Amino acid sequence: MASDSDSEEDFVTYGTPLEPLEEDEPLRKPIPIQDQTVKDEKGRFKRFHGAFTGGFSAGYFNSVGSKEGWTPSTFVSSRQQKAEKQMSRPEDFMDEEDLSEHGIAPSEITTTDNFASGRRDQIRDKACAITSLTAPIPGDTLLEDLVAPARTSVGVELLRKMGWKEGQGVGPRLKRKPAKQKTDTGVRMYGCALPPNGSEESEEEEDEYIPENVTFAPKDVTPVDFTPKDDLHGLGYRGLNPQQALMGSSGSGHINLFTLDSDRTSSLLGDFGPRSKRRGGVSGQAFGVGALEEEDDDIYHRDALSNYDTMLGGEEPGDGLYGWTAPQEYGKKKKASDKDAAYIGKILEGFTLATKSMDNKTVYPPPVLPRDYRPVHYFRPVLDPSTVSPQVALALQASVGHMPQDSQPKGRHQLDASQRRELLGESSLQGPRSVFDLLDGKDKERLEGIRKAAEEKKTSESSSEDRRAAMVAAGVAAASAAAAKASSQQALSSRFQPTGAEQALSAWSSPTAHSAQTFKPFEKNPHKQARYDMYISKLRQGDKDALECSLDSTMTEWERSREREEFIRAAMLYKPSNSSLSSRFTRGKQEDDSNTVEVPRDQEGDVDDKQAAVKMKMFGKLTRDTFEWHPDKLLCKRFNIPDPYPGSGLVGLPKVKRDKFSVFNFLTIADNSSAVNRMADGPSQNEPPVKHAGTPKSAEPIKKSRWDVSAQASEGRTPSVEQQQPQQKEDEEEEESRPSMDLFKAIFASSSDEKSSSSSEGEILKEMKDSPVQSGSTAVPPQAQTEEEEFGPRLPPPAYPWAEHASSSIPSTREVKHKKKCKEKHKAKKDHKHKKEKKHKKKHKKHKHKGKQKKKKAEEASSSSDGSEDSDSDTDDGPGALSTEELLKRLKTLGGKKLR
Amino acid sequence: MAFPQPKPEAPKLPQHLLRTLDCKQGAIRAVRFNADGNYLMTCGSDKTLRLWSVTRGTLLKTYSGHGYEVLDVDGSYDNSQLCSCSSDKTVILWDVATGQVTRKLRGHAGKVNCVQFNEEATVMLSGSIDGSVRCWDTRSRRPEPIQILDEARDSVSSLKVSEHELLTGSVDGKVRRYDLRMGQLHVDFVSSPITCVCFSQDGQCTLSSSLDSTVRLLDKSTGELLGEYTGHKNTGYKLDCCLSSKDTHVVSCSEDGHVYYWDLVEGSLSLKLPVGKAVVQSLSFHPTEPCLLTAIEGRVQVWGAEPEDTEKDD
Repeated sequence: MASDSDSEEDFVTYGTPLEPLEEDEPLRKPIPIQDQTVKDEKGRFKRFHGAFTGGFSAGYFNSVGSKEGWTPSTFVSSRQQKAEKQMSRPEDFMDEEDLSEHGIAPSEITTTDNFASGRRDQIRDKACAITSLTAPIPGDTLLEDLVAPARTSVGVELLRKMGWKEGQGVGPRLKRKPAKQKTDTGVRMYGCALPPNGSEESEEEEDEYIPENVTFAPKDVTPVDFTPKDDLHGLGYRGLNPQQALMGSSGSGHINLFTLDSDRTSSLLGDFGPRSKRRGGVSGQAFGVGALEEEDDDIYHRDALSNYDTMLGGEEPGDGLYGWTAPQEYGKKKKASDKDAAYIGKILEGFTLATKSMDNKTVYPPPVLPRDYRPVHYFRPVLDPSTVSPQVALALQASVGHMPQDSQPKGRHQLDASQRRELLGESSLQGPRSVFDLLDGKDKERLEGIRKAAEEKKTSESSSEDRRAAMVAAGVAAASAAAAKASSQQALSSRFQPTGAEQALSAWSSPTAHSAQTFKPFEKNPHKQARYDMYISKLRQGDKDALECSLDSTMTEWERSREREEFIRAAMLYKPSNSSLSSRFTRGKQEDDSNTVEVPRDQEGDVDDKQAAVKMKMFGKLTRDTFEWHPDKLLCKRFNIPDPYPGSGLVGLPKVKRDKFSVFNFLTIADNSSAVNRMADGPSQNEPPVKHAGTPKSAEPIKKSRWDVSAQASEGRTPSVEQQQPQQKEDEEEEESRPSMDLFKAIFASSSDEKSSSSSEGEILKEMKDSPVQSGSTAVPPQAQTEEEEFGPRLPPPAYPWAEHASSSIPSTREVKHKKKCKEKHKAKKDHKHKKEKKHKKKHKKHKHKGKQKKKKAEEASSSSDGSEDSDSDTDDGPGALSTEELLKRLKTLGGKKLR
Repeated sequence: MAFPQPKPEAPKLPQHLLRTLDCKQGAIRAVRFNADGNYLMTCGSDKTLRLWSVTRGTLLKTYSGHGYEVLDVDGSYDNSQLCSCSSDKTVILWDVATGQVTRKLRGHAGKVNCVQFNEEATVMLSGSIDGSVRCWDTRSRRPEPIQILDEARDSVSSLKVSEHELLTGSVDGKVRRYDLRMGQLHVDFVSSPITCVCFSQDGQCTLSSSLDSTVRLLDKSTGELLGEYTGHKNTGYKLDCCLSSKDTHVVSCSEDGHVYYWDLVEGSLSLKLPVGKAVVQSLSFHPTEPCLLTAIEGRVQVWGAEPEDTEKDD
């Protein structure tokens, strides 16, 4: 209680006081919670009391009273005015806020029971009770009470006037009470205990005697309350019934959550009048027996398994709430229950099984398949007589009796003019039908005679021989007469008869061709058949333009071209059966027997002249050749250079065809000069140019001597090369004694073939491995070395043991060895060099009369350039070290000689 | 003749050993500068290709993918790609950064001796022992070459590309110059198997070394002999030669373990630089500076005009 002192210092302050705000300082921080003030509607500060003590303060600074303090201003007592007994109302102690809309005692206009219908509406109450079960707050029907209409409706008034009383149903009065609802007699297996049966009591009521002549008002029905589902429970689930749970409905030992609502409702309905005796307190098995309970019989309730439903379904929702739909529903109950029982699974409340089954969709069965039906479509082969082999066609004819061709009606285009004419019944044109008619009888006979003579060869004789012959003869005559026309056709036919005609020709003109003609593809059309026969016969004779001759010139162009194709195809397909073997092989596209080969058009100058020029160091025009060369278009594009020869399809050097004469032309491009070039080049790789100082003529002996070895070689030796002599000799002897097998190998294995070369170089390899230094270098591919011997400069010495070179300052024994080896090598090379130099000198001296010596030198030089290795190896491994390359070279020069 | 005049002061020749790279990849078949001369590539006989920094001598990347020893390499102008060729008959286009094989081109019938990019790295040209030069398109995925130049009668040992020309040296003793712009092929007969060809920096001359231990300088347009340089030894191996960056000197490998410098105009031997005891197989001259790379056995040596602080250990 606050004192009534005026001073404010007495107030207790809590917490630390805030520092006074300086005016300059702008407020930066948000106002902290403790500083936030609340004002009431009149702008007064409100103090917060705390939630439990009423919220904001009231009165004067949290006190009753006013600024002036607490004064019981209302108490007045005087003689005239006695202090009245003042009844204080609750409102006297309330604040004005409490009386406002949201206060605890809002002063609003509400309807009271005084204005409601005087009599309590039982039905409504029942409905209320029911809805209270489903209300969000169970048992709360406040809202409905408030909303209830103030007066009875007009309808009720009318009903009342008609004699209706509340509590009765509407309708004519009944004799007897309608059949009692047998709601709960059925299965009741849910739950543990048997819930109280409200209907039992009603049964008891019904049991009393009912006089016959008494009619009853129909039983009132409870309106169905369609409650919207607004909870999150599953369909059909109902929460705890507080009335049952707390009020302890009679008999029920415990709350049965899963009893059907109908049971509960019925119990409710039944309970309305005679309320259960047990009230209050929580009772039931789970809670034991409270102190207020008189009965404790259920404490030791034993649960039996029979109380549980052991099967799914079968439950009949007899909820009694069918309401307006009830009579019908009840009437059908038996049937429905049958159906429902048959239905497996629980039927939700408010649902029944449909009485009418959905009408089945009529499903039409698929058509019955025939027994021999195969679900794969295949196209019946159209037996065009021109596409089957004669044997097959014959067989077909025999079996079916006709070819498919005659079965199908002939199209307009398949008939020729005469046939069409016949079909149309026209007479043939008067006047000369063809040139043949213009001939006089003698000529005709002569022609016929010729024709017959030709025909005699043929074994096939048809009945219409004469006529055919005449026809053919006519064709021939026409062809000969209209030569110009034929020639024009020739051009045309060349378009129409591609390779087929030639193939047909080759097939029929081959000696294997049978003369017996077994098949007549155009038998139905004798004219055509005659022409075809003529064509075939001409083919046999190897006539090139057999086709053109045998065609009927009276026919239109289109017909002729068509027939041309037909004939060619027929001839191709019906060629004699012997040639079927040859048909397995195709003709080569290119003629491989032509004796030409493509060589560059521009020839290089004479190599010997060039050699001479080089020797004289007269480089320039003498040693230079210039060719036309066509770079690829794309190459020019990539080099950002305009194409020097725009529009030329050529790439590279322009080529011309030359004769080829020997197998060596494949090794080098073959023509005389290039062969010479080749020969000159071969040694030139290995020789200094001085070697070829001699005249061009001397070149040949040189070459010859090179391969015709020893005798000449040994005699023409100069002293300068004598140090090499023994080794050279060995070489040559090896070459001599070489078995011819290698020669073959060299011929048949191409020189560029690495495998052969590497295999043949095996010896050298072995030799290399023999030396300790080289053994360390096996990492170096032998192949590369061997190839180098053929193609010129080699790669420098094999990879030496690098690891050791890394620490090169410390010479290991191995390295020493290696060095030694190197030295040796170098020595060998130097020797060569010396030799060469000497040779040079000599050359200059005795340029002319060297002849054979020169060739010898060439030999040496070649060996030296072939590699110091060669010389090393050759000395080591003695006979049998001649490489295939060497042999090949020899062969080449031999070939070259031949050319010359 | 448009020869550059020799400068009054003697041009400095790279004769001081700056560093030695022990490549540890077998014999070094070729050593090449990249386009700007900051990096070098080494082709090893252990099937790998390596990229090094010239100035620091550090290994930057190893490219493996060849099936046999790598014989030649070239870098594209923008350093983004490498092409290499090998004894396994293939030409490989590499991505420098990732080290992945961009394209592997098969078609040669034998080992591929030499490979070059054209100026824009749109074409790779490779010369093989099968006597053909194949032009491979780097822009398309076509597995076949654009064109095959099979004029050579023997192995193509060396190949150089200029803006519009293609120079090949073949073992048949001929230097072929394909002029794309003119559409002409010029064949110069040298008679001895060519081991290496190159253009001069001014593009007026061609240099060719052959197995007769001679290096020849030929006029490009006429084919006349402008200079002959001898003294070294090259009789059996495929050795490189080149011109110095200012076209003042001709440089060639030798089988006697030296590198020979000749004065281009005088033809006299200026310097005989001892490199090692084995054959100096490959060399490469810096595109702008007096700096030379030599490959001998498994080592690569970097030579400069001025001695560096590093100790000389040869």
